[in-house]
Amino acid sequence: MIFYLIAFGIVVTAILTIASRNSVVSALWLVACLFAQAILMVTLEAHLVAAMQVLLYAGAIMVLILFVIMLLNLTPKELKWKFIAGERLILGSGVIYLAGVMGLALWIIYKKGASFVPAAGGGTAGTVEAVGKLLLTKYALPFELVSVTLLVAIVGAILTGRGK
Amino acid sequence: MQLEYYLIIGLILFLLGLYTCLTRVNAIGMLMGIELMLNAAGLNFVAFSHFNGNHIDGHIMAIFIIVLAAAEAVVALAVLLAIYKRFKVIDTDKVVTLKE
Repeated sequence: MIFYLIAFGIVVTAILTIASRNSVVSALWLVACLFAQAILMVTLEAHLVAAMQVLLYAGAIMVLILFVIMLLNLTPKELKWKFIAGERLILGSGVIYLAGVMGLALWIIYKKGASFVPAAGGGTAGTVEAVGKLLLTKYALPFELVSVTLLVAIVGAILTGRGK
Repeated sequence: MQLEYYLIIGLILFLLGLYTCLTRVNAIGMLMGIELMLNAAGLNFVAFSHFNGNHIDGHIMAIFIIVLAAAEAVVALAVLLAIYKRFKVIDTDKVVTLKE
């Protein structure tokens, strides 16, 4: 039951994100959508990922995006979203595509029924201890590579954003 | 709750993000579409790892997605600020000097 509530919240906030004409309002709805996804991740026993989602995604990244929106100092007319030409055509084809894919997915569920069942874990699968241990043993090399990628991204951002 | 329900949520999020990315002219709007798509992928990773006998490898991938999305957002916003300084617009249909 709680799944349906959260799923409804995620879809509605995502639609409001892409339908809002004002970019600041859109960004705030995206924050709400990320929060709802974090709640869904908690129900999947991914506690650390949910915390990271709230801290990094809904916190840091969205603050950065909002900061840049405000830094650009756009006029109210520029702040409105613009769509490419043939808006109605794109909307129609998008709706048809979405309906087709959703229909296919629901049909597969109806035909196949339950194939995967959750393991009885006792709610301790995604704790900081378990994920952290895996992150520093099996995935130590990708972890270091990700940190190098972050360093390169920071240096690139500084070089790109630096004035002449 | 079965796995497929979570996958459908991820599918809806991915399609909405793809739609945003394709139809928006504004560069920040396209960036938000990309964020939605990355989130859908992370949600799918978490759902698969939960329904695959509590192997938490998927959680690692979801954390990597979040971190790489942060790096991507930083670089994209820096480029966007540079574009705004140079062209005074952030609409991607006006920044077409490579075409000329």
